Amino acid sequence: MENDLILRVRNLCVTLDHQSVIEDLSFEVTKGDVLTILGPNGAGKSVLLKTLLGLLPYRGVIEWAKGIKTGYVPQRLPFIKDIPLSIKDFFMLKKPSQKETVESLSSVGYGEDFLQKKIGDLSSGQFQRILIAWGLVGKPQVLLFDEPTTGVDISGEETIYNFLATLKEERALTILLVTHDLSVVYKFSTDVICLNKQPICYGPPQEVLTPESLQRLYGGEVKYYQHKH
Amino acid sequence: MDSQFFLSLVVGTFIGGAAGYLGSLMLSKRMALVAGPLGHLTLPGIALALLYGFDVSLGAFPFVILGIVLIWLFEIRTKLPMEALTAIVFASGVAITFLFLPIEQAEAALVGDISRVHLTEAIISVLVAILLYFVVNKIYPKIILINISEELAQSEELNIKKYNLIYLGVIAIIVSLGVKMVGGLLTAALVAIPASAARNVSRNLVQYAYGAMVIGIISSFLGILLYKLAGLPPGPLIILASTLIFLISLILKK
Repeated sequence: MENDLILRVRNLCVTLDHQSVIEDLSFEVTKGDVLTILGPNGAGKSVLLKTLLGLLPYRGVIEWAKGIKTGYVPQRLPFIKDIPLSIKDFFMLKKPSQKETVESLSSVGYGEDFLQKKIGDLSSGQFQRILIAWGLVGKPQVLLFDEPTTGVDISGEETIYNFLATLKEERALTILLVTHDLSVVYKFSTDVICLNKQPICYGPPQEVLTPESLQRLYGGEVKYYQHKH
Repeated sequence: MDSQFFLSLVVGTFIGGAAGYLGSLMLSKRMALVAGPLGHLTLPGIALALLYGFDVSLGAFPFVILGIVLIWLFEIRTKLPMEALTAIVFASGVAITFLFLPIEQAEAALVGDISRVHLTEAIISVLVAILLYFVVNKIYPKIILINISEELAQSEELNIKKYNLIYLGVIAIIVSLGVKMVGGLLTAALVAIPASAARNVSRNLVQYAYGAMVIGIISSFLGILLYKLAGLPPGPLIILASTLIFLISLILKK
């Protein structure tokens, strides 16, 4: 694989329960990119992320650069609050050293004292940060992020995206992010894939997010796009 | 203390502790109630053991395995929810039993009888319970991760099928041991109640898992002690002791 190329996807097709979810998708990710996967609900965005992680069967080519470690931050974990789990317990499921746990926690702005807190007592913003910290254990070079809850203030004015931008610089991360929030794409991404089962556009957002492509993506419901001034 | 009573007490506390510990894992996957149908399905096996005079756990074990295989097959073949499938298996187990088990022997099958356990049987049960503890201890964090999210577990490259298989295996063993103590009807309670009580009062995983184990031990000890004092069947008394602890845990709930 060429220098700095982290991921190459060619002619990817995913079929689940005899229904085609992703058709003929090709793209590439280079080191330091923030690739946003944009599309309406049910467009196959999360399926794409899971397929890239090797969790779902597919046809086509998914080629990661050698030695690449990925961290996965899931959309939500509905069953986690059924179990009396402290943050320390949650990290221990991954068996990191105490030092690494503390480092990951401090990357998301929490001290060691936070380890004793119960997961069930966290606010949604705090929980989101903990999920990111968990994804950072093992020092991944690529973070795959499934639809962070938009509008959650994770501390004061800081949104999850400002926070991710800072984290990306600090840890030299490459980020693949699923969202249906258009504003995120302009603020944060180097590239965007518009996906509605079939790929609709792919490239830098300022170039490929045209009113026409958005219309095709969302079917006439779009009221927001950024003008190129 | 007479030796028979002592044997019952030792076997009871070991099985109760192992069941409570495993129960904490099962409750987190909403699997606790699966022990119910599996317990019921052991009834034909227990009936055979009682009729032909061999260890009820030995009779129960192949039927639990059969139950697990059936539930697994049904799950693959149909899209019915797990509860519906287990209900089918569960009712069938009871129905088959009462086709051939004489009614006078029904009590031991339904609510167990730990009071007549033999020495060899006791030693084997205790050793199996200890082994079970170590296996559950080993798979505990993996199953918790799978319970939280199979995708997250897969992304950590965990072999989910392998761990689920071991997990079902230990469930089969605990159900087989449990029926000896509390019978086919009450086995689900043996795993579910101590874990539920522990969940009410714990703030982390260690408190929860070991809390469930300790509550399992105390309930079995109290139940068998009460049997000695009151002369009522030990199986239901063990379950009622754990229910009492559960009620106390509700008051102490954080």
